[in-house]
Amino acid sequence: MIEVNRLSKSFDDKNILNDISAQFYQGKTNLIIGSSGTGKSVFLKNIVGLIEPDEGEVLFDGRKFTRADENVKADIRREIGMLFQGGALFDSKNVEQNIMFPLDVLTDMPKGEKLDRVNHCLERVGMAGINTKMPSEISGGMKKRVGIARAIVNDSKYLFCDEPNSGLDPQTSIRIDNLIHDITEELNITTIVVTHDMNSVMEIGDSIVFLYKGKKLWEGNNDSIFDSDCEELQDFIFANKLMRAVKKNRG
Amino acid sequence: MRSFGRFTLFLSSMFVRRESFMTYVRLVIEESIKIGFNSILLVGIVSTFIGAVTTLQTAYNLVSPFIPSYVISLVVRDMTLLELAPTVMAIVYAGKVGSNIAGELGTMRITEQIDALEVMGINAASYLVLPKIIASLITYPMLVVVSAFLSLVGGYLAGSLAGVITPTEFVYGIRYEFIPFNITFALTKAYVFAFLVAAISAYKGFYTKGGALEVGVASTSAVTNSCIAILCADFLLTKLML
Ligand SMILES: Nc1ncnc2c1ncn2[C@@H]1O[C@H](COP(=O)(O)OP(=O)(O)OP(=O)(O)O)[C@@H](O)[C@H]1O
Ligand SMILES: [Mg+2]
Repeated sequence: MIEVNRLSKSFDDKNILNDISAQFYQGKTNLIIGSSGTGKSVFLKNIVGLIEPDEGEVLFDGRKFTRADENVKADIRREIGMLFQGGALFDSKNVEQNIMFPLDVLTDMPKGEKLDRVNHCLERVGMAGINTKMPSEISGGMKKRVGIARAIVNDSKYLFCDEPNSGLDPQTSIRIDNLIHDITEELNITTIVVTHDMNSVMEIGDSIVFLYKGKKLWEGNNDSIFDSDCEELQDFIFANKLMRAVKKNRG
Repeated sequence: MRSFGRFTLFLSSMFVRRESFMTYVRLVIEESIKIGFNSILLVGIVSTFIGAVTTLQTAYNLVSPFIPSYVISLVVRDMTLLELAPTVMAIVYAGKVGSNIAGELGTMRITEQIDALEVMGINAASYLVLPKIIASLITYPMLVVVSAFLSLVGGYLAGSLAGVITPTEFVYGIRYEFIPFNITFALTKAYVFAFLVAAISAYKGFYTKGGALEVGVASTSAVTNSCIAILCADFLLTKLML
């Protein structure tokens, strides 16, 4: 479980995150939703330590991560895997080298074992056999899959995904969503996904936090989301026709 | 001034939480090939031609019959060693290697590859930048030596082909009253410029913000700033050491 306590962050006097507390559960796909520019990515970066919060703290299974000792931080980092918006694969390395990279730098596993793991992960994300392809030679969806493989290769306990389906067609999006969801249950890890895609919310929203202008306005799951009385959330969900039709149907 | 402070912080941040020594050895070798080896052709061509042209122009300017013709190669030698090989090549080097470093790091920044490294707990500044600076320090002085040699070869060929100086005189001139300190001076300049180009370009690339357009801007400003730094350092070193 990941706990965030009273986290705030400003950039040059501009307040981005305002006193956010939230919990993200193990074995569940936890979503952070909200419209563009509300600070979802900044929130995620604060949690993984890419940005240092001004106030508040983040705990990974009870271990304090924010402003912790470098050794403690390093230990927790070893257990973190992250999928970035564009995949963030290293351009100069091929698929296999990309996935192997965390093992290269974080462990001293023998080469054979590393290769086995890489192939296992590639298979798990449905991309077996593309080991020698360069990132520039594969499609956006494939990059996301390879990114996921790289994020879980080191037996990560925590998986972070920033908009895993941005730039993908609806069908591929759902496949990636389901892949993340299945892996989370299978490995019993704590997964946090940032998204503004209502399809993802319906598909995999075990636990949802709604951000609005840097504040947490609502939390729940994809069942209770329709019954919330939070106005901003209602506006967010029912921005499109399809969702309005869904609501009518339920009602 | 504020950016100079940030630059210093950036440089000092490279020396914390480093990866294993072997990792660095491997990275330095990779970078040396990318930075140094791949610049040999460009440096070679530019040096040979500059050496040739300098020889012909010096010959053209020395028309007096009282000046022995070995003075031509003596002048070419000193110009090459003092200024052409270390400084002019540094400008060429900034154009090629500086823009390359800034472009590479800038792209890694905007595509979140640097964040990906940081999430894994790797000190991206030291992992990406330190090997480039070390590789530059190793290879640029070698390039300067190659450049000085090829300039003289260029001068030798041009001089004899154009008939302005005989090969024997050319070689005599090169060896005439040679001051070994000039080599120390040239290499000192080489080390300073190698560091400036790599560090400034890395800094510009590393802190790129935005998109592809900004990567281009970072590359250009890496080259501009490197050139200015090279010329300032050249002036200072000449004043201090000669
Ligand atoms: N490093 C930074 N320095 C200054 N301001 C920043 C920085 N990073 C983000 N911001 C600002 O924080 C705000 C929130 O940005 P953020 O990227 O978190 O939005 P988001 O919710 O992820 O939106 P999107 O869905 O479009 O990705 C924006 O106004 C952005 O300009
Ligand atoms: Mg975002």
